[in-house]
Amino acid sequence: MDWKRFGFIALIITALFGAVVMVGQSQQRPLLIITSMLATTISVATPLTLGALAGVFCERSGVVNIGIEGMMLSSAFFGWFTGMYLSNVYGWTLMPSIVTGTIVAVFTGALMGLLLAWLSVTFKVDQIIGGTVINILAVGLTGFLNRQLFFGETSLFGGTVPSSPGVYSAIHLPIKEIFAPMCGGGEICLENINAINRVFDQKPIAWAAIILVFVSHYVLFRTRWGLRTRAVGEHPKAADTVGINVERMRYLNVIIGGMLAGLGGAYFTIESIPSFEPLMTNGRGFISLAAMIFGNWTPIGAWAAALVFGSSQALQINLQLFRESIPEQWAFLQQSYVVGLTPYILTMLILTGIIGKTMPPAADGQPYEK
Amino acid sequence: MTEANIVLEAKGITKQFPGVLASDNVNFDLRKGEIHALLGENGAGKSTLMNLIYGLHKPDKGEIYVNGKHVVIHSPKDAIAGGIGMVHQHFMLIPVFDVAENVMLGDETVKNGALDHNFVAKRVTEISAQYGLDVDPNALVGSLPVGIQQRVEIVKTLYRNAEIVILDEPTAVLTPQEAEDLFRIMHDLTARGVSIIFITHKLKEVLAVADRITVMRAGKVINTVKPAETSEADLANMMVGRNVILTVDKKDHQATEEILKVENLTVRDQRDLETVHGVSFSVRGGEVLGIAGVQGNGQTELSEALTGLRFPTGGKVTIAGKDLTSKTPRNITESGLAHIPEDRQRHGLVLSYSIADNMALCDYYYPPFSKNGVMQPKALDENAKKLIEAFDVRTPSAFVNAGKLSGGNQQKVIVARELSRPGVKLVIANQPTRGLDVGSIEYIHSEIIKMRDRGIAVLLISAELDEVMALSDRIAVMYRGKIVTIVDAKKSTREQLGLWMAGAHVETA
Repeated sequence: MDWKRFGFIALIITALFGAVVMVGQSQQRPLLIITSMLATTISVATPLTLGALAGVFCERSGVVNIGIEGMMLSSAFFGWFTGMYLSNVYGWTLMPSIVTGTIVAVFTGALMGLLLAWLSVTFKVDQIIGGTVINILAVGLTGFLNRQLFFGETSLFGGTVPSSPGVYSAIHLPIKEIFAPMCGGGEICLENINAINRVFDQKPIAWAAIILVFVSHYVLFRTRWGLRTRAVGEHPKAADTVGINVERMRYLNVIIGGMLAGLGGAYFTIESIPSFEPLMTNGRGFISLAAMIFGNWTPIGAWAAALVFGSSQALQINLQLFRESIPEQWAFLQQSYVVGLTPYILTMLILTGIIGKTMPPAADGQPYEK
Repeated sequence: MTEANIVLEAKGITKQFPGVLASDNVNFDLRKGEIHALLGENGAGKSTLMNLIYGLHKPDKGEIYVNGKHVVIHSPKDAIAGGIGMVHQHFMLIPVFDVAENVMLGDETVKNGALDHNFVAKRVTEISAQYGLDVDPNALVGSLPVGIQQRVEIVKTLYRNAEIVILDEPTAVLTPQEAEDLFRIMHDLTARGVSIIFITHKLKEVLAVADRITVMRAGKVINTVKPAETSEADLANMMVGRNVILTVDKKDHQATEEILKVENLTVRDQRDLETVHGVSFSVRGGEVLGIAGVQGNGQTELSEALTGLRFPTGGKVTIAGKDLTSKTPRNITESGLAHIPEDRQRHGLVLSYSIADNMALCDYYYPPFSKNGVMQPKALDENAKKLIEAFDVRTPSAFVNAGKLSGGNQQKVIVARELSRPGVKLVIANQPTRGLDVGSIEYIHSEIIKMRDRGIAVLLISAELDEVMALSDRIAVMYRGKIVTIVDAKKSTREQLGLWMAGAHVETA
């Protein structure tokens, strides 16, 4: 990641934030708008970040993974279903059931990763086809189970969707408790501190994603595991000749990638909303791949790029609040579909390579034959 | 050397690959501190034997002893543990890693969970100083010249405490100066007790550096000799299995009318720098004009401009009286050019196409290969069979992908396609024998001379001065984008040409 790229990312995020501030400043103080945007950005960037990290581990080891979308979708389903089942049938309380649900989601991702590795490493199937298999399988399987379990008189739950136990709540960091006395009772000051505190009051998967970004960066670039993973993705034969088991490295990295995508899937049904809908990942897996590419296959770069996409989503959400005050000459912004297009337009813009080409690992996508 | 202890011994090694017996009951031994050359043509089984010793393949039969102890080598890991290191012909280096990272890969030193880069860098510097390798541990490998990359490979083996180092065709990618440096390093290594297996097909090198020479042919060991007891001709005979003519036998040439005429040609390279500055020469029918020169003096751009792969920025190219300046490769080919390109894998063949398809790349759109815009597989097949036979291409069938062939056979496919076409008036052969074995070189040389004797004009571009001198009737020396001089081949000497190639002025030389 070069500074030009980070600069470009900062520029886009500033522009998106600036747009909302300009529209909303007649109703809200800029600081409150910015903190609200930031909180939303970090939250909605979570599945993108985890998806991009999944891509980084797979592709750094030489396996292209376009199945992240499918991995997320199936993990979202099975994670949610586990939590729902445990609380409805066995009467488990909220936390045990959704924590178990999260574990099942990660495990589902691992299984999907195992499937991709099996197809692309053992059977040397074209990796794009392998990923497509995962995506089609996920759409079909979750759609089918969803219908069989919840629709119609004869279904397992007799035609109703039982209520889910709920979602994770935010982890409160005591920022306002610490800094409030410094305000000396000033109301605006207190409001500001509360607003800043809300940025940090993120839910557990969002926190996990941020921590995993730095852990992944360290693992990939500072440890033996990372050196070997990158070697296998750049020049597998060279790794083989110094006694590294190429197939094993690829299997494990793809499974790690699957687990990260699985955690990203859990975000949808265990952290964001407590229900499952068919196709609910809605292309996030593919946008993750764009973030990974734009971040030049590095965890921190991918996270920065995921924040760009996150902020464009935050723009969409926050602009709704200020619909009334959108100036007349920008009336088109009142149409939610116009704003809704921004992540996709950004994806295209970023992938055209206007800020320089990125370099994929040299052996990315190539099965290794001795 | 008689009482020297044997550090590596292979007994009765046999390995069968589908269709080939790559190693046939091979016995081989290596003594401490010696350079043992393994000589043979491409496909003779040298690399197979080494891959078996290094654990990349498993032998069907046979035993390997290291320092007198029987060992079973399942993988490179076992070989490394047994003190065997290998420098592969195609380097096993990761260009985006630095030297220290490449050296430690697979044998990393870790401190508190993180890679100990400093420790490895220090070791690399130590090894580098000890053997005069001059390798910077923090340099990015991809930015290093080939000669230095090879040293990184040597450091890699020494870092793993290798006592036996296998060098697979180490000089194939080196300039003569780099090769000299390598030989010095090899002697430094053996002086410190390292034993070296030196795989090559170059006779001169073997005689210059080896203590013993083992010759292989078709998977078998033919003989093991000492350099003092043999000669280039003997070795060549053992390698090929028949008498080989190392000098090209040719009649006096009968030059006819002018075929290729180049006037004031200037060409720029892809960085838009002018690399050919106003070159003029002509080639007549029935003669070979050789262009001698150290690589990178504009030969590549010159041949690209002549064959239509690159547009010249000035000057004029005429072939048989027709102005073909800045015409497309197809225009030029149809006007009678046969082109043997410098890089056979990138510009000469489509590696993923069959031999039959590759043999029709220049005229697939003409009958009989094409009728009303539809390809005729039968005609392609017949053409391929005929050419495979006539040009002695060693392949199981015409449907094998060109990428599966050895370098020599790939080159024969190109030569067959280019030289067999009707209406050829001019042959441009750029580095036609680079990286090939003795048998293939002999064959391609004789084909080029045959073309000359048929009255066709030949432009030969080669960095091998021996090749230029053996084949040419006239020799042009190229230096820094200019033709320094054109001389009669019979009246020129190696020393004089060498001076001109190094930039000496014609008047003073």
